[in-house]
This record gives sequence, C-alpha cells and structure tokens, in this order.
Amino acid sequence: MMKARTALLLGSLSAALVAFALTSPRVVAADKVDPVADAKAFQNFFFQKFPNVKHEDFVNGPYSMNEDMKRQWQEKEEFPPYEFALDAGKEMFATPFKNGKTYADCFPNGGIGIRQNYPYFDTGEGKVVTLELALNRCREANGEAPYSYVKDEMASLTAYMAFTSRGKAMDIRIPDDRRALEAFENGKRYFYTRRGQMNFSCASCHVQSPGERIRAEVLAPALGILNALPIYRSEWSGMGTTSRRFITCNSQTRAVPLEPQADEYRDVEYFLSYVANGLPISGPGARP
Amino acid sequence: MKRSLTLAMLLALSFAPMARAATEADYKAAYAAAEAASKEAAGMRNQWTTTVSTLAAAKKAGDGGDFDRAVAAAKEAEALAKASVFQATSEKETWKAMEIR
Repeated sequence: MMKARTALLLGSLSAALVAFALTSPRVVAADKVDPVADAKAFQNFFFQKFPNVKHEDFVNGPYSMNEDMKRQWQEKEEFPPYEFALDAGKEMFATPFKNGKTYADCFPNGGIGIRQNYPYFDTGEGKVVTLELALNRCREANGEAPYSYVKDEMASLTAYMAFTSRGKAMDIRIPDDRRALEAFENGKRYFYTRRGQMNFSCASCHVQSPGERIRAEVLAPALGILNALPIYRSEWSGMGTTSRRFITCNSQTRAVPLEPQADEYRDVEYFLSYVANGLPISGPGARP
Repeated sequence: MKRSLTLAMLLALSFAPMARAATEADYKAAYAAAEAASKEAAGMRNQWTTTVSTLAAAKKAGDGGDFDRAVAAAKEAEALAKASVFQATSEKETWKAMEIR
C-alpha cells in the first residue's frame, strides 16, 4: 500500500516536471518579439474565425462581415462619397508649393503607388513615419504650414495617394533594428491594452467582436482595417484620416485621445499595417 | 415607555454625524486630491474623459459657491482618476491575456 502511494506520488511529480519542461520554453519564446510569427497568427485567427470570407475581402471592414451591407456598399461605390476628396487630393498633389516644388519631390516614385509601404521605420530617426506625418514634413520642408491631421486636406491627399495604390499588397518592412522591433511591440501592446472608462482595448471590438453589432454599427475586423483608410464616414459626414480613426476610437471608450501622430499611434499603425501585409490597399473607403 | 423612547431617540441623534454644509476649504482639499490623481493618470497616458469632465464640473460648482456639489464632484473625479491609474497599472501585464498567439 505504502509502495503504491510512493509510486503514485513520484509518478505525478515526474509528470508535472515533464509538463513544466515542455511548457516553459514556449513561454519564453512567446515573450520574444517575433513579428513574422505574430502576423501569421493574427491572419490565421481571422481566416479561421471567418472561413467564408475571402482573404482579400477583410480590407472592406464591416462589408466583409455582412452581406446586406456589402450589397448596399457596392451600389454606393458607383458614386462613392469620397470622390470629391479624391479629386481635391489629386489637384492638391499636383499643385506646386510657393517654392515651385510639389509633393512628388518628397516621395519615392513621385508619391504614386507607394501607400502600401507606409508607415515605415526610419532608422535615422529611430521612429515610425506614417504617410500623414511624411506629408506634413514635406509641407514644412517646403515652407508650407502643416495641415491638421484629422481634417479634410490631409484626408484628401492621403485619399489620392491610397487610390494610386489600390489593389497593391500591403508591404511593411521591419528592419533589423532593435528600435523597430520595440516600435512593433509597443504598437501591439497599445492595440491590446484596455483603456477608458469602458475598459475596452482596440481588440475588444476588432478582434473579439467583428461582425457583431455595436448599436447600429457592424464592427470591422482588425485585419486589414487600415488598408481602407482614409475613409468617408456617414457618421462624420465627411472624410477621416487614420489619426481621426484612432482618436475617435479612444473617445468612444471614454479615454482622452492622445495627440495626433503621438508615438503610440504611430506604433499601433505600424503593428496593424504589418500584420495586414499581403492584403490589398482598398482606400479610400466609405463606411456608415 | 414613552420616556425611554424619547431618551433613545435623543441618544441616537447625539451619535448621528452632524450633517453640515461643505465649506470652501473642504472643496479646495477635495479638488486638490482629485487634481493630483488626475495628473497621475495623465502621466500614465491613461486619462479618462469622465475624469476631466467631472473635475471641470467640480470647479464650476466651486467657482459658483456651491461647495456641497463641488466636493461631491471632486470626490467622484478622484475616484475615476484612481480607477484609471489602477487600470493602467494592471494592464501593464494583463494586456497579454488578450493577445492572438
């Protein structure tokens, strides 16, 4: 009897040790920053959660989740509400600054068809540079006042630039630089961190509940959510930039938004764009 | 019987806390405490909109001389700010529970 008890105890102990030995390396590995593995897991999560949604369709947000809304949107796309912004952006893009230069002088390939490469990590500055930030830097470098990050002019410019990249696969790079990995990790942390009196994280809506209704809205999946930006939102009766999208999300959870282009926003844009690599740019978009 | 009831009521009333109107000093103390907690939350980049609006309501009531309302609002703002500090502190680690792996 005593021997049996000892054997049972020893057996349980060895099983526990084996289980510990098997799980601990995974815990250590999971704590390492591995953007490739993160992106794969992120995409697989959505592909498995919504097996009937075509992969390239995730970039269409709520329309990928709801057939009725999708039909309405497809009809709306014949005369899209962002068209005015698109035309204005095209004109603004081609209009020279007072010094005679244009936006095209600030960007690779004259700024055409490059949206899918933004944001990028600037190894010189050691920070993430978004398209909106690059546009304002271009203005300032040419003696022009920067635009508001949340208003029409910035939305028009980015709408035009996104349009020239439509269909191109998101292609965000993470250079072999500790600071770039930190930026990615910080963005990830921001995305999953609960904030505001509602105690919501970005993931509470866009990972846990895409396709569900929040009042009259259908929540968009996080996968490819930035590929459609900037967007015309009927709720806003106007265009909105990525900055505006983040700021509004924060306010809706009763969190005081950060300043536009704060490091945290730049990093979360980097994270969300990287995990959407391979999915097409669909901006400018239209949302309810 | 009647006499003992009156005595009991008198005794109860004597132990009851004196309800008095809040003073400006009460308001200033409550507001300072709320403001300190709110600054801590802002320093953690986790201010709640409700803290800001409740703190503003406290100031408005205080400026108008309604110290009862001002103290109540300041205490509420302090509680909100402390909750946001708690949230920011606990989320330093707990965010990982939500991560897709």
